[in-house]
Amino acid sequence: MIEICVKQSRPNFTLDVDVKLGHGITALFGPSGAGKSSLLNLIAGLEQPGSGRIRIGSESLFDSKAKINLAVYKRRIGYVFQDALLLPHLSVRSNLRYGFRHGGMELSSIVEFLGLSALLERRPTTLSGGERQRVSIGRALLSAPRLMLMDEPLASLDMERKREIFPYIEQLHKKFGIPVIFVSHAIEEVARLAQHVVVMRDGKAVAHGNTQTVMNLSDSHASRFERTSILTGKPASYDSAYGLTTLSHPAGNISLTGQLGRGKAPVRIVVKATDVTLALNKPKDISARTMLKGIIARCDVDGGPTGIVHVKLEGGEELSAALTRKAMDQLGLDAGQAVWCLLKSVSIDERWIASS
Amino acid sequence: MSLSPEEWTTILLSLRVALLATLICFPVGLGLAWLLARKDFWGKSILNSLIHLPLVLPPVVTGYLLLIAFGKKGAIGAFLESTFGLVFAFRWTGAALAAALMALPLMVRAIRLSIESIDQRLEGAASTLGASPLRVFVTVTLPLAAPGMLAGTILTYVKALGEFGATITFVSNIPGQTQTLSLSIYSLLQTPDGDAAALRLILLAIALALAALLASEFLARHLSNRMAGKP
Repeated sequence: MIEICVKQSRPNFTLDVDVKLGHGITALFGPSGAGKSSLLNLIAGLEQPGSGRIRIGSESLFDSKAKINLAVYKRRIGYVFQDALLLPHLSVRSNLRYGFRHGGMELSSIVEFLGLSALLERRPTTLSGGERQRVSIGRALLSAPRLMLMDEPLASLDMERKREIFPYIEQLHKKFGIPVIFVSHAIEEVARLAQHVVVMRDGKAVAHGNTQTVMNLSDSHASRFERTSILTGKPASYDSAYGLTTLSHPAGNISLTGQLGRGKAPVRIVVKATDVTLALNKPKDISARTMLKGIIARCDVDGGPTGIVHVKLEGGEELSAALTRKAMDQLGLDAGQAVWCLLKSVSIDERWIASS
Repeated sequence: MSLSPEEWTTILLSLRVALLATLICFPVGLGLAWLLARKDFWGKSILNSLIHLPLVLPPVVTGYLLLIAFGKKGAIGAFLESTFGLVFAFRWTGAALAAALMALPLMVRAIRLSIESIDQRLEGAASTLGASPLRVFVTVTLPLAAPGMLAGTILTYVKALGEFGATITFVSNIPGQTQTLSLSIYSLLQTPDGDAAALRLILLAIALALAALLASEFLARHLSNRMAGKP
């Protein structure tokens, strides 16, 4: 259990967070300037809160009342920075060894786990972004951390490099049992990696809990472009002739491009509210391959030209659809009505997906 | 061209004075540079001005102030002599002290700039890996500031080789004791028919200065390449 209850005041910005995080991977999610990175720095000890306490298990890292403020180097918290921050004057091998602490993992097993053997004698400046991030993860792991912090570890990477790093982050928890807190402002990253999420806005934690629940929660601040839903489906079949995967979902089959990994474990997909079409009757002769059945839970309109319809799908998951107010009025949409939610297969980005 | 014993004495004395001056100046300069680059404290700009004072004061004034402070009757000089038996006035060590003081602003400036250009987050990253502040300083700050420390050291050495005004005021112009290269050239120019002998020393001075500058250029490039991770 990681307990974070901190207040920090700076000119024009106040951070005021009180959350308890469990094990597993937690995402700090929110727009830039929400205080996500500051929160990581407070946990690592690189910045000091004005007041509050930070505790891992029963050990206090910071407690303003008890006047405890453990020095950064005594905290045993691994930190992977957005730009890796490898020491430029040292080789990859020396970087990995820099924080080596006995009782954790051995260099050789980390090198094998992260595939670094060919890079050991290289200098950080000669590495690609993905390689640097892998070295940075290895360096933190070798310091035998009890918690890993990752500040947008994927932000500076292109899609291919991101896909290269994903499995390693997932393994941190699965394989090594190290809790991870990572900062992200990409919902697909959160859906892919995190079990828990803390949504931050203007220095406050506005929501936290299970990823799917929190991310599907209506957030009155989000514009229709930021509104997304996370659905969970089980890979059911693959059509090799067309290169399409079918996920089974209680509300209907979901069609995706490409073939997912061999596993049959449930996967999460991220659906943008602007990609969802609603129909009162199941349409025929339409190109959308995915039609999910549900009941309207709520319609959010505020007099503007657009609104959000929240549909409770069969099976209990919620899906948001962004519609014009005119369309909502002309169809007479209201809570309690049965609707079909139509999704274009091509609008779902399968590159983010993996077993959850 | 072969050198006379007197010329050898002068050159070796100059090199010795410059070496001691650099040895005094380096730790003091490093400490001050780190303080100015990384710490905020009351009187920081006053300290900074004091360090730079020898750069703007007439060297004669600096030499005279040294004489007042470190002379046999000066407050610090009398204390050092009675406690440690250290005498600076009219000794080659005094010449080194004067040169060190005159070169201090150059040393501090070079190292300070180079410490300030280090990404402090690198030091933060090192501390998250369990490195104590001392270890961070030794394994991150110092190596990354090495180009500046090298530049400062060479500048100090060259400056100390050529120091004149403060030296002659503080320790006078005693052959074999305090008569460095520049003082020797000055003396020769004051004597009738000394021009030819002075010219030899002038050429030597030019050669020494050029060699030092070229060496520093070469070392600095080598170091900064290493730091940037180029082969």
